[in-house]
Amino acid sequence: MVPITTFHYLVVAAALFVLGVIGVLTRRNVVIMLMSIELILNAVNLNLVAFSRMWGRLEGQVFAIFIVVDAAAEAAVGLGILIAFFRNKETINVDEIDLLKW
Amino acid sequence: MLPMVELTIFALGILLIDLMVPRSWKWINAAGALVGVLFAGLCVWQIQAMLPPRGLVGFYNSLLVDRFAIYFWYLFLAGTAISILTSVHYLEIEDEHHGEYYALLLLSVVGMMCMAAGIDVVLIFIGLELMAISSYVLVGFLRRDRRSNEAALKYLLLGAFSSGIFAYGLSLFYGISGSTNLGVIGRAVSGQNTHNPVVIIALLTTMVGLLFKIAAIPFHQWAPDAYEGAPTSITGFMSVAVKAAAWAMLLRILLFGLFPLRSVYTPVIVFVSIATMTGANFAALTQSNTKRLLAYSSIAHVGYMLLAFVAMGTSPLGTPGFLDGFKGILIYLMVYTFMNLGAFAVITSLRQRNVIGDELDDMAGLYQRAPVEAVLMLLFLLSLAGIPPAAGFLGKYYIFLSLIESQHYVLAALGVVYSLFGLYYYLKIANSMLMRAPMERERLPVSFGMRCAVGITALATLFIGIYPEPAIRSVNWSLGIRQPAPVAVIRK
Repeated sequence: MVPITTFHYLVVAAALFVLGVIGVLTRRNVVIMLMSIELILNAVNLNLVAFSRMWGRLEGQVFAIFIVVDAAAEAAVGLGILIAFFRNKETINVDEIDLLKW
Repeated sequence: MLPMVELTIFALGILLIDLMVPRSWKWINAAGALVGVLFAGLCVWQIQAMLPPRGLVGFYNSLLVDRFAIYFWYLFLAGTAISILTSVHYLEIEDEHHGEYYALLLLSVVGMMCMAAGIDVVLIFIGLELMAISSYVLVGFLRRDRRSNEAALKYLLLGAFSSGIFAYGLSLFYGISGSTNLGVIGRAVSGQNTHNPVVIIALLTTMVGLLFKIAAIPFHQWAPDAYEGAPTSITGFMSVAVKAAAWAMLLRILLFGLFPLRSVYTPVIVFVSIATMTGANFAALTQSNTKRLLAYSSIAHVGYMLLAFVAMGTSPLGTPGFLDGFKGILIYLMVYTFMNLGAFAVITSLRQRNVIGDELDDMAGLYQRAPVEAVLMLLFLLSLAGIPPAAGFLGKYYIFLSLIESQHYVLAALGVVYSLFGLYYYLKIANSMLMRAPMERERLPVSFGMRCAVGITALATLFIGIYPEPAIRSVNWSLGIRQPAPVAVIRK
């Protein structure tokens, strides 16, 4: 049985981060893009908590709580803007968000 | 009292008062916001008067109020006050005059102040998000306008994405140093091998976040869309105050915190600055929408400022190249605040009941319809292009001076060539304004607040351009550089 070290947490966090980035870049549905951004922020949280344990200090956990709050605020504003957008245009597909270009 | 506390109180007060005032009295909110900004300015002034030379540290070593922070605080407040003046009449025409607008404006300034004064990554990140989330809402403030919705959505997706990447970099720096304080991070990083992959990944992700926020190419795609779709008064605000805040954060993190890594990040900045100037100047050439054109121009200005950053990154601490680069960025941001807000104020005043007013054709014949505004717009445009005696020249002068002092002759030449490029698209607006026949005959009605905003920005642009000494002295003060002797000494 291999003991789980900080390194393992970092690998999981890095994987989550990459998945989130790929999600934002490839998915065309705004809600799924917002979820991918949450994935990135959760990777950050995992990193922070793992490092906090490694160093035996609390700042990382405090930062993680702030990021949770920030993610909630961002999701709330994001969905609010999305609803305002949907009312006018009736779509949440980013390929059809094409009024502004060049 | 800290100006952040004061501004928060005013923002919340405006939200409450907004519930009580009738529709036709909504300008009271704007007056309240202006008073709030004024009082915040007084707070900053009081702090400035009692400031020890090394600055004040507070909130468990997360906030450092030094001269650098004070300089940026004044800049944010000036930009916000002028933006408020341009907003009142514009929002009435758009029929979206709500108190939340001013409350969000003030709250985003609170975030900016935290970004400029933060030396702890937690505070910087929270300040960044406070500013960013407020501005997402402000960009989408015209709920019934599709372009505004779309701009807000794009800005939000890309902004949140970049914040996530930025936070990932910060979390790795926390892992490297065991602290969220920029000073401790700097010391921990200086002991590391610069080829350590974790350090490189942390630096690159942090820089992606920073470059996103200042809208440097290749991370600029959000800027033209957000600038075009946003209410015009907010476009002006975003292009100066939000941008200055992003620059303050970039300087804090890259210079105060990650200075030991500068041999790693300066080459990246060289590439980014050349890409930014090239891409933005070429893209601006073909624009027919003035807001979008000025958005690309503001990206190009970021490229010039990044050049000064290159000069700082390659010359030793305290040498003329370093100091003039630093001065160049700060002066540029100050000058840019006035000239760009002035230009956007004139564009804002073109919005009438039945005209959106942000196309180049709407500018046609402005000289016949509003001669004063047209002449002042010309001043702003020449200033943006960097032609003396307007203030824009001063900023460009210091940037190119620092490049020459640090012996980057090629980069300096490139910067000058691209400034000339810029002249073409600025004069395209001037041409449309002065040489073409107006589409409508009647005079352009300009509100009192707008007149004040245009007047103040024009005065500041001219004053700094003709008599730059106070501006230079204030920047020297904020960087703690010894003031030069008042009389020039001519060497024989």
